Amino acid sequence: MQASSRDDFIIAIRSAFIKKENKQKFSLIALIILTLIILTLGKYNFKTVDYIKIFLREIAYRSSFVVSIPENLIVKIYHSTKEHFFIYDDNRKLRAQLDIQLAKNYKTEYIVAENKRLKSVLDSLEYSSDKILAKVLIDKKSPFLRSIIVNKGSRNNVKLGMAAMDGEYLVGKVVEVSFSTSRILLLSDLNSKIPVDIIPGNIQSILSGTGENDGIIQYTKQQQFIENESKVFTSGAGEIFKAGIPIGEVEKNNDNSNIKINFFSDFSQLRFLKLNSYKKEKN
Amino acid sequence: MSEIGGYSYSKLILEKIPILLLIISVLNEFDFNYLNLKYFSFNFPFILIYYWSLKRSGSLGYGLIFLSGLLNDAVVGLPIGVSALCYLLICGFSAYLRNITLRPNLVKDWFFFGFTILVVNSVMYGTVNLFFNVPIMYASVLVNILFTFLFYVVFSNLFDYYQKIIFGGTNA
Repeated sequence: MQASSRDDFIIAIRSAFIKKENKQKFSLIALIILTLIILTLGKYNFKTVDYIKIFLREIAYRSSFVVSIPENLIVKIYHSTKEHFFIYDDNRKLRAQLDIQLAKNYKTEYIVAENKRLKSVLDSLEYSSDKILAKVLIDKKSPFLRSIIVNKGSRNNVKLGMAAMDGEYLVGKVVEVSFSTSRILLLSDLNSKIPVDIIPGNIQSILSGTGENDGIIQYTKQQQFIENESKVFTSGAGEIFKAGIPIGEVEKNNDNSNIKINFFSDFSQLRFLKLNSYKKEKN
Repeated sequence: MSEIGGYSYSKLILEKIPILLLIISVLNEFDFNYLNLKYFSFNFPFILIYYWSLKRSGSLGYGLIFLSGLLNDAVVGLPIGVSALCYLLICGFSAYLRNITLRPNLVKDWFFFGFTILVVNSVMYGTVNLFFNVPIMYASVLVNILFTFLFYVVFSNLFDYYQKIIFGGTNA
């Protein structure tokens, strides 16, 4: 009786996986073995698999953009309707902010001029940047990666490690370059680690993604000195990005147990990005 | 004009709707992330592949399922082959269930689907975490599995309805 049920199980398994079904061109086991071979070769960065990856990316990114057009249209309508309802409140808040910013602007102009003068005295380094404007093709959210695809690749001189900016705010860096597309790893991704400066206090730290819509501060012993609403900028350490690119604002509770960074840019609303690479120049 | 030997083009296209849906769902951004619902996500391709492999295996070719898995990996940014392996495993599980089932029952299909996605997700996350060192947010993964499991009943009824209209309720 037991042997019979085991035989039935084996027959059912064999029939499901090994035998080629009537309406199928391939047997399941053959395709599973092929997939395992691709996975293994991919793990060891086999050249052929790299070419397959590049080919698939080119097709998938372009097709995905086309297929997503209807849904993107709905999302656009949803956001514009939402913005329309809040326009009065937004206008009032923005007017108040504008007054404050205008006052700050005069101070900033003075500080920038003074900074330039002092740098020239010190014969220090300045940065120049190559800017590439890129359109966001895909911002698919996965349980693993917080990344987006843009429509500029190696043919547009995009290089690994370039900073991705939404206006003046840093949102991520280029981690994968294909011929006509690139992948940007967002600051909110678990793998993202950026050296930052927290101001006021000039505290050096590492900003890490959480996989959600915010970041956390790591590797600093000065957590208690970080104030609520402090601003986070790139520190320029490691020479990945230039110093002083704005990233976000600190939000912490009273007992210092939870310090999170709210990014200035809304990563779900990215449409166009500037890809910058910074070169050092002597004054 | 649109009929050859009593077989209309429109019927041919309608029969291919499941594979079209699969390719669209792996390529587009059908994830509602713009609603900012924390954790909410479900894996529509899993439901689609399981249902159609179980009820009408001819509708989804294994070759096309394999290809859509590769496309999904390219779009999502996973190591190439991970999704394809998962999709094929789901086909295998559903083919096994089809072979051992005499009288189909939604509840049995549903619970076997739950078991299938648990196994397949374990294989998937095991592969990406152990072999490719990709960190995982376990909470998101668990919620994804839960919603995928719950939504199976909804989509199963919708697909049943579609089958009745297009194929007259006969399983292939």
